[in-house]
Amino acid sequence: MQIFKYKKPLSLMSKSKRFGLLSITVLIIALGLILTKGFNYGIDFAGGTLVQVQYEGKAPIKNIREAIAQDKNYESASVTYFGSDDEVVIRTKTSSKALGEDVGDKMRTLLQDTGKFEVRRVDMVGAKVGSELREKGLMSMLLAIIGILIYVSFRFEWRFAVASVMALVHDVTIAMGAVVLFNIEVNLDTLAALLTILGYSLNDTIIVFDRIREGIRTIKNPDLGDIIDESVTRTLSRTTLTSLTTFFVVFTLWMFGGEIIHGFGFTLLVGIIVGTYSSIFVASPILMWLGFSVSGFREKEAAKHKREKEKEKMRAMYENGTI
Amino acid sequence: MKTLNYRIILFAFALIFGVVFSIPSIMQSESGKKITLGLDLQGGLHMLLGIKSEIAIESRTKSMAATVKYIFDDEEIIFDDLRMVDGKQITFELLDKDDVVKSKTLLKKEIEGTVLSENGLKFTLEMTADEIARTKADAISQAVDTIRNRLNEFGLAEPTVAKQGEDKILVEVPGIKTQEDEQRIRELIARAAHLQLMAVDEDRAARVMTMNENEAKSYGDVILPDVATSERYLLRQIPVLDGSMLTDAKVGFDQNNQPVINFSLNGQGAKIFGDFTAKSVGKRMAVVLDNKVYSAPNIRERIGGGHVQISGNFKLDEAHDLAIALRSGALLAPVYVMEKRSVGPSLGADSIKASSLALALGFLLVVIFMVVYYGAAGVIADVALIGNLFLILAIMSMFGATLTLPGMAGIVLTVGMAVDANVIITERIRELLHEGKSVAKSIEDGYDNAFTAILDANVTTLIAAVVLYVYGTGAIKGFALTMSIGILASMLTAIVGTHGIYQWLLPKMDKKKLGYWFGIKAEGAK
Repeated sequence: MQIFKYKKPLSLMSKSKRFGLLSITVLIIALGLILTKGFNYGIDFAGGTLVQVQYEGKAPIKNIREAIAQDKNYESASVTYFGSDDEVVIRTKTSSKALGEDVGDKMRTLLQDTGKFEVRRVDMVGAKVGSELREKGLMSMLLAIIGILIYVSFRFEWRFAVASVMALVHDVTIAMGAVVLFNIEVNLDTLAALLTILGYSLNDTIIVFDRIREGIRTIKNPDLGDIIDESVTRTLSRTTLTSLTTFFVVFTLWMFGGEIIHGFGFTLLVGIIVGTYSSIFVASPILMWLGFSVSGFREKEAAKHKREKEKEKMRAMYENGTI
Repeated sequence: MKTLNYRIILFAFALIFGVVFSIPSIMQSESGKKITLGLDLQGGLHMLLGIKSEIAIESRTKSMAATVKYIFDDEEIIFDDLRMVDGKQITFELLDKDDVVKSKTLLKKEIEGTVLSENGLKFTLEMTADEIARTKADAISQAVDTIRNRLNEFGLAEPTVAKQGEDKILVEVPGIKTQEDEQRIRELIARAAHLQLMAVDEDRAARVMTMNENEAKSYGDVILPDVATSERYLLRQIPVLDGSMLTDAKVGFDQNNQPVINFSLNGQGAKIFGDFTAKSVGKRMAVVLDNKVYSAPNIRERIGGGHVQISGNFKLDEAHDLAIALRSGALLAPVYVMEKRSVGPSLGADSIKASSLALALGFLLVVIFMVVYYGAAGVIADVALIGNLFLILAIMSMFGATLTLPGMAGIVLTVGMAVDANVIITERIRELLHEGKSVAKSIEDGYDNAFTAILDANVTTLIAAVVLYVYGTGAIKGFALTMSIGILASMLTAIVGTHGIYQWLLPKMDKKKLGYWFGIKAEGAK
């Protein structure tokens, strides 16, 4: 089977303005959502307690709310179904420091008369730990980006590095926007998903860039736009197929992986779609806008080559001379 | 016919290694190194504890005060007004000028790491800055040891207790069956188990109900409540002795068949206790645990041998846990919860079920897709993928790594991304075949052309995974770990392994059957 057959390059670069406009619009919407509505931080980052309770049969959510409200400390607690209607999650902003006074134990007592149930999970994060985790999360994002910038600059050229980082910032921002839009709770696993998108989006972009690098060396035509068009078209098959296989597994993870990794799966799903789009339509135009020059790159390569040749020659002469 | 090549031999070894070392984990056999399931998959309690180290300073100061009193009494130095100030200083006054030099040398010899300043006959004793820092550090490592001992004695399978950062303690306890058990374990950990034997201030005891704490303080006394009733006791602030001189604690039964705790004191403790009881016949002595009075019996005679009993209407479980806490020693400073995650065993089982289903389904989809799209080349990629899975499991088993729920997600994701290398390679081979190159040349050049792309892409993903591992906590580390191992393993299976298989099968590859081998029409074969 073969879906993508290379006949002639697609003319992508001539349409790059349109894709750029689309990306900028979506980016602005995503940023707007992040700034106005803001993240729905889960307890990992905001601190608080989460209690997951499973009932035998349907969970009496109204009775549960009433039972919990008996205790003044938990008046602002939220109770929501979790995955199915026999399971609920109770979230409170309170966290207890004393080992003996556990919110889970208290909930068990408060819910005594609401039916037969089992407390399946109690997560408590103190406010201090929450803010520490948030700092660490941001730090890890930054470090990963810096590490990638250095590696790509080293293997390609600085413009490639900047373009790939811009593309991944594009992807991560849009994924964050989707997280805000669909009110996904932001916890440590959401952060892990965002970091995975970072790696994945880059992976895709690098494959395309690698082809462009190769194209610059092998294609006679010195026009960058044409080289990009041909390289992107030639990698189109791979980009789509890999995205498809990754999409398959992430989709099953999202569908069947259970409620706890639902948010993780969703974030990844968005990231893969955006990442695929950006590696085809966004990353390469940025390279062009940054003023990458084919002849310049070739000259540099040639100069490098020449230097190596000359060194060899010198060495040969030197060795000959001494012998 | 050339059949074997170094690549396929390497791959075969990797595959054998993968299968052999992952068997203990897959079969869950008793012997052999295997993967441990994370707390989120098997159920258990994860806690990050903070420690109030200033309390350690305070109790250290208190026991210094007790030592000062003991030394002075022993040497018959007359003193007055011995008290603790702000929880970090001791002040006292000597009555006889002739005792000054003697007491100074005695204190210097007996109590290390302190500075003594004098103002006339009034003295202030406090710890040096170094000593304070050391006491704080000791409090942490002592808390780690103590909590570990308690959990071990409780009879739990493989609890983890470790210092994290400068001043935090990580506690992980797998295999807790019920919420009630969890509560018991939490209480056992939290129990300060600070035992003190204190003298009742009989001179003022009658006024205790009307006295406030400040007034009591002015006499060098302290008011403590009874553990069960609303009664209050006026006790000398500086204890006769404390739990540090305890050697053993056991559950026993009194004449009414009520559980009690019998404990024994070491030689020094027994001597202090004997001397004190001899001097205090007719007075009361309170057994104080964690600042609550359990009993305050009258001393009828000198008690030698150093055996003491705590009674206090215990339930048997409670007495059992308390004896453990006393035996393992007091926490020098109390601990508090900074983060706690507990997962019931049924939720863990559900998570395993759900994530295994996702893994199996995702895997199946990818495997079928590859065969449908690439033909025999897809089968080769699938062989590599299976090898990759075994290798991940084997490497994790060898290191006894922990598999968490995000770790499962990491494996699922690796399955999606590991075929990427083969997609890139096969696409390259197809391109070359379309250009009319021979099969052998197409394969060799295809691998060459694909290599830099795969390498660069994997290294960048690895950078993100390593950062995640270093900065991530708990379960997230598991995700980063499985992904990193998966990426590295895929370099071996997807690049070297498949290349070997191609070379091995090359003699059989017919240029007229490109549809069968590479899933494309044989149009390129001119």
